[in-house]
Amino acid sequence: MRTSMMSSIGMGAEEPSVGISEAFGADRHEMKLELGLGAYRTEDLQPYVLNVVKKSCLVLGRTGCHGAGYFRNRLSAACCCAHTQTFSCFQDSHIIPTWGNHPNILNDAQLPWSEYRYYDPVTVGLDFQGMISDIKAAPEGSFVLLHGCAHNPTGIDPTPEQWEIIADVIQEKKHIPLFDVVYQGYASGRVEADASSVRLFAARGMELLVAQSYSKNMGLYAERIGAINAVCSSPDSAQRVKSQLKRLARAMYSNPPVHGARIVTNVVGNSDLFSEWEEELQLMAGRIKSVRKKLYDCLNAKDKSGKDWSFFVKHIGMYSYAGLNEAQRENMRNKWHVYMTKDGRMALTGVSQAKCEYLADAFIDSYHNAS
Amino acid sequence: MSDSVFASVVQAPEDPILGEGKPLVLNVVRKAEQMLVNDQSRVKEYLPITGLADFNKLSAKLIFGANSPAIQENRVTTVHVSGTGSLRVGAEFLARHYHEKTIYIPQPTWGNHPKVFTLAGLSVKSYRYYDPSTRGLDFSGLEDLGSAPSGAIVLLHACAHNPTGVDPTSDQWEQIRQLMRSKGLLPFFDSAYQGFASGNLDADAGSIRLFVADGGECLAAQSYAKNMGLYGERVGALSIVCKTADVATRVESQLKLVIRPMYSNPPIHGPSIVATILKDGDMYTEWSVELKAMADRIISMRQQLYDALCARGTPGDWSHIIKQIGMFTFTGLNTNQVAFMTKEYHIYMTSDGRISMAGLSSRTVPHLADAIHAAVNSVA
Repeated sequence: MRTSMMSSIGMGAEEPSVGISEAFGADRHEMKLELGLGAYRTEDLQPYVLNVVKKSCLVLGRTGCHGAGYFRNRLSAACCCAHTQTFSCFQDSHIIPTWGNHPNILNDAQLPWSEYRYYDPVTVGLDFQGMISDIKAAPEGSFVLLHGCAHNPTGIDPTPEQWEIIADVIQEKKHIPLFDVVYQGYASGRVEADASSVRLFAARGMELLVAQSYSKNMGLYAERIGAINAVCSSPDSAQRVKSQLKRLARAMYSNPPVHGARIVTNVVGNSDLFSEWEEELQLMAGRIKSVRKKLYDCLNAKDKSGKDWSFFVKHIGMYSYAGLNEAQRENMRNKWHVYMTKDGRMALTGVSQAKCEYLADAFIDSYHNAS
Repeated sequence: MSDSVFASVVQAPEDPILGEGKPLVLNVVRKAEQMLVNDQSRVKEYLPITGLADFNKLSAKLIFGANSPAIQENRVTTVHVSGTGSLRVGAEFLARHYHEKTIYIPQPTWGNHPKVFTLAGLSVKSYRYYDPSTRGLDFSGLEDLGSAPSGAIVLLHACAHNPTGVDPTSDQWEQIRQLMRSKGLLPFFDSAYQGFASGNLDADAGSIRLFVADGGECLAAQSYAKNMGLYGERVGALSIVCKTADVATRVESQLKLVIRPMYSNPPIHGPSIVATILKDGDMYTEWSVELKAMADRIISMRQQLYDALCARGTPGDWSHIIKQIGMFTFTGLNTNQVAFMTKEYHIYMTSDGRISMAGLSSRTVPHLADAIHAAVNSVA
């Protein structure tokens, strides 16, 4: 038999989260916690399909509007904004730490990138001076990747005042902001509030790119629905940018999947469903906030060392960087059966009120006794 | 106001093809969708990077045959992507991991092929395929493959060649297979019309199965856009048939690294519909019946158009209309004649003379025949 033409191909590195899911799946401990996943869970730690989504699916099913034709790109030139429905794809230069897939995306897009400081392990908060200084030092006209709200993986967002300063620096250096907005409505529970960073920049007349995702805020993970928006200074620029985006999309996947887009359009375009969506967002964001509060209260009650655990309630969104080192994280996993990603990110969605005490015990033990 | 940072971006040319379309929604698809909607236990969690496992296995069986030794020996890795996406992911994988970066595409081919492969990082060359004088296959032109460097990738349309509708015969496929294997060329099949071409799912996969049967390697991109009418759902699959199970495992791991930074994981809705249909015996049968009806309708349009042109005494040999197969016919009309038909008869078609038979009905065939007749008689 001739040898394979692909015999020299090596084994690619596995997706980091797979190992966690598998280990968690194999773990038989009754109190085990999966804090590595990036999806919303109910108080019963089950996946959640939004009511507005179910309603939309039923409507779509009845009216038979499905699969009919290739879905055309949508454009609104009137607001000088070219947006194309895409899977979720984007390219740029980024923060440390940031979503694990950002560097891969930039590498494959052959966009050179470097990092700006963001996370301060001492305060378990924002390294604002480091951030500003690094953005200032970047060559003029660089793209700057910004998380619109609920920073992944840290849960740390700039304050409104800090956003103003960030915008000042970016404007001064003629940088181009690229916002990654994955949690609009899902962070604070309010759609408008979570868009305020993006709107602050747009209100200044700046040009920017915004990548949106409906995976979390509409629970449409597997439908692959999002959008790339390019806000340009003229309708003419927007037209040309759109034409180039279409060219790229055509050679990558031709046109986007219609199902998720129809659901979103149905919900966002119908005022009753939109209101109902906002209520569900408040429920989801509310549950996460109440878990944060409960965890914090448990930690305060049980830990008399004076350690400041308040970062848990200062962080926003699904994730928190718990500020644990490797030994401490291993202790969490091996002794307490609490699973989180290797970089120390934990997903609060994997926690129920009932498990907060146990989790608090795990943190206290790991923080103080593992080194 | 300062200049836009995008000021130097030029307007890209419009895509020549994508525009209006009114496809049929198959009854069996509606049924499958209703079942999915009614199933309250279904969630929308992320799929694995490679997509729905069920769907992948069923797609591989559909194209390679349920008893394919390649499948039984675990030598096939399959990922769910759209049809276009399958081509792009396959091409990116080859551009990164395969030792030959040139792909040979037939002349002519689907307008998007060169763009997909070029942007994926492959170098694109072509091989002669269509003979305008016979409106058939330029079989001797396949010599171009004979002079390709060993290991080069070759794009083959599995059936119902787009845009010409001209397919090799079984004997010709066998000769192509022997030539390619002797030169160590890597086949990359684009299968967009399985079942939709002849009306028979197995027959339309014949070319691919011929290659797989010899134990060799190949890539196959499948699409369910046409044969299941799932255009907008973006459902297809990329399969890579490898020499050994070990190679297949490594190839799969590398495919995941191509996919993750590109789009993370695929959409769930479309493949769920397909899997629902493929795994249910009754629904599968119902689908094959609907598919045959679609294919038969197109074959009937071909016959009607041919008969209408003969009846009008339109100059020329129009037998290629009934010899060609699938959705498209390369009429042989030139760009001036096409422009004439658009202007005078409001017939819309691509300027290379390609018509989509799916766009015809018994009612409209006479009008098209009149237009062709007039064009041939009045425009050189």
